[in-house]
Amino acid sequence: MSNNILVIAEQHGGVLNPATAKTVACARQIEHQTLDLAVFAADAAPAEHAAKLEGVGKVIWLADAGYAHPTAVGLEGRILALAQGYTHILAPATSFGRDVLPRVAAKLDVPQISEIVAVESARIFKRPIYAGNALITVQAPPGIVVGTVRANAFKPVTESGAACIEKHETAPDQPEHTRFVSLVGGSGDRPDLQAAARVLAGGRGVGTQAGFADIFKLADAMGAAVGASRAAVDAGFVPNDLQIGQTSKIIAPDLYIAFGISGAFQHLAGIKDAGVIVAVNTDPNAPIFEVADIGLVADLFEVIPQLEQALSNRAG
Amino acid sequence: MKILVGIKRVIDYNVQVHVKADGSGVETDGVKMSSNPFDEIAVEQAIRLKEAGVAHEIVVVSIGEAEAQEQLRSALAMGADRALLVHTAQAVQPLLAAKILAAVVKREHADLVLLGKQAIDDDACQTPQMLAALLDWPQATFASSIQVGDGRAEVIREVDAGLETLSVALPAVLSTDLRLNEPRFIKIPQIMKAKSKPLQIVEFAELGIADTPSLRVLKTEAPAGRQAGIKVESVAELVGALKERGLL
Ligand SMILES: Cc1cc2nc3c(=O)[nH]c(=O)nc-3n(C[C@H](O)[C@H](O)[C@H](O)COP(=O)(O)OP(=O)(O)OC[C@H]3O[C@@H](n4cnc5c(N)ncnc54)[C@H](O)[C@@H]3O)c2cc1C
Ligand SMILES: Cc1cc2nc3c(=O)[nH]c(=O)nc-3n(C[C@H](O)[C@H](O)[C@H](O)COP(=O)(O)OP(=O)(O)OC[C@H]3O[C@@H](n4cnc5c(N)ncnc54)[C@H](O)[C@@H]3O)c2cc1C
Repeated sequence: MSNNILVIAEQHGGVLNPATAKTVACARQIEHQTLDLAVFAADAAPAEHAAKLEGVGKVIWLADAGYAHPTAVGLEGRILALAQGYTHILAPATSFGRDVLPRVAAKLDVPQISEIVAVESARIFKRPIYAGNALITVQAPPGIVVGTVRANAFKPVTESGAACIEKHETAPDQPEHTRFVSLVGGSGDRPDLQAAARVLAGGRGVGTQAGFADIFKLADAMGAAVGASRAAVDAGFVPNDLQIGQTSKIIAPDLYIAFGISGAFQHLAGIKDAGVIVAVNTDPNAPIFEVADIGLVADLFEVIPQLEQALSNRAG
Repeated sequence: MKILVGIKRVIDYNVQVHVKADGSGVETDGVKMSSNPFDEIAVEQAIRLKEAGVAHEIVVVSIGEAEAQEQLRSALAMGADRALLVHTAQAVQPLLAAKILAAVVKREHADLVLLGKQAIDDDACQTPQMLAALLDWPQATFASSIQVGDGRAEVIREVDAGLETLSVALPAVLSTDLRLNEPRFIKIPQIMKAKSKPLQIVEFAELGIADTPSLRVLKTEAPAGRQAGIKVESVAELVGALKERGLL
């Protein structure tokens, strides 16, 4: 069977989201004839970056200044127009993909497979349910297959490709009823939580915003991203875009260190695929220790300065 | 303004879910069921809009088995005015849920639909967006703040890049995130009062919805567990263990 796959890329501020290369990796596991990538962007950079992704046959670049802040409703019609001729439409299961792809699926009258973590065949996929406490294998009905991909379940493809770029000058179908007002970035220039190889996370145990400053400092020394539990976000220690878990960001760094996080399963759902999990908690019975590869029963405020010290000794 | 709120009956968020030995699904016998937590947030938001004089009626809707009346009753106890159960014994996937909700929205002439951003059982995160598409309405998902006025809703959304503000014209579908509000506690007298509020049951077949393609669930399995880890006694030991693994 000849499958033709379309991957919807995600970009922000002219930068291709790393989840795109991982979504392409998932797509490559599906037997196919063509694998195209659609990039909605004002500038050429994300399309040029996308063209390097190994395995991509063609980049369809939809160019318009309106794509700086696309809305789901503004993309829906464009994606539907592109969908003709494809057997599969995939997007990363980021807030971007989650927002737009179900609209596309509904218009095509097909179910969507959310958060694909494994490809069994062109129509059979695995996805987690119940915060990752169970995995289901689902089969798509006849018709186009629409799915979002849990990016961190796949290794990104290399950037050794040289696909052609097909430029279309098309503006978003932005209906009057929806207006973009503003975007306030949360965590600025720090390493991307979902792409970082190392993540330091803090929970309610960190106690204050000032406590998190220590974690940020250590993270800078380690080149790590910073994450948080929901309780830490709710307490106002850090912005919400740092939240890790079932209902927020799913991460898979090589190293994840939890400071003052109890290990509720809604949180653990977000770190299950981490390479090594380290937990620092004063409570020896905290559930986080049941999943930690390395556990240290200690006060985080004593551990953080000592870790910093150890790192600077190594550097010096 | 009439607000419609979707309520899904799910395994309580505190319950540790177990996969059945035969791989046919997850254990639900004798397991505590509750409203999807995001839906309680949606109900709370609707009540606040009514208290603010923006809305005049709140209709809560659930799709599923007769037992879901329990969750509808607790939404009535929170302060919703009326409840509707679309009764069906079949598994309702998001596309079908969205079609059913679309039919209800049309019958009820709702001006605003509030749904949870995700149901914590299937974690699909689809129904609100699908509903908006089927109705050709605007959507604002993952809402952490909702201001309604002048026929529009200004919504702050929690997206990966930070906080995005969208302004959408009503009617619209909004989906709720955790920080939108803290659902109120239900007091006993309200539970009593809720018993006399209207709860209508509509059979799924009455809605005349055509066969809807769905995913076939072939297998349910437990995820691979992690190997038991080690405990270290000091930061020096921790640093040593990380170096050993090539992580420092
Ligand atoms: C619908 C729903 C969705 C949710 N989604 C998410 C989600 O996506 N992500 C998420 O994280 N949570 C989520 N939660 C919340 C989750 O259930 C927990 O409440 C939350 O993860 C707890 O955060 P915590 O571990 O920081 O806080 P707590 O459970 O309060 O734990 C704090 C820990 O810090 C330790 N501690 C205190 N002081 C120190 C110290 N000085 N040094 C070391 N350790 C210390 C304590 O021993 C304790 O173990 C969700 C909940 C619901 C209902
Ligand atoms: C183990 C397992 C086996 C399954 N097997 C099958 C199967 O064999 N066949 C099959 O067809 N399906 C099956 N399903 C799918 C199941 O029916 C889904 O839970 C359902 O599709 C809805 O997805 P969701 O609630 O995650 O949607 P989401 O899109 O995550 O829900 C978001 C919001 O939509 C609203 N909403 C969603 N559903 C309802 C509802 N019923 N009533 C009121 N509001 C609602 C709520 O406001 C909710 O917060 C299975 C699921 C599991 C977990």
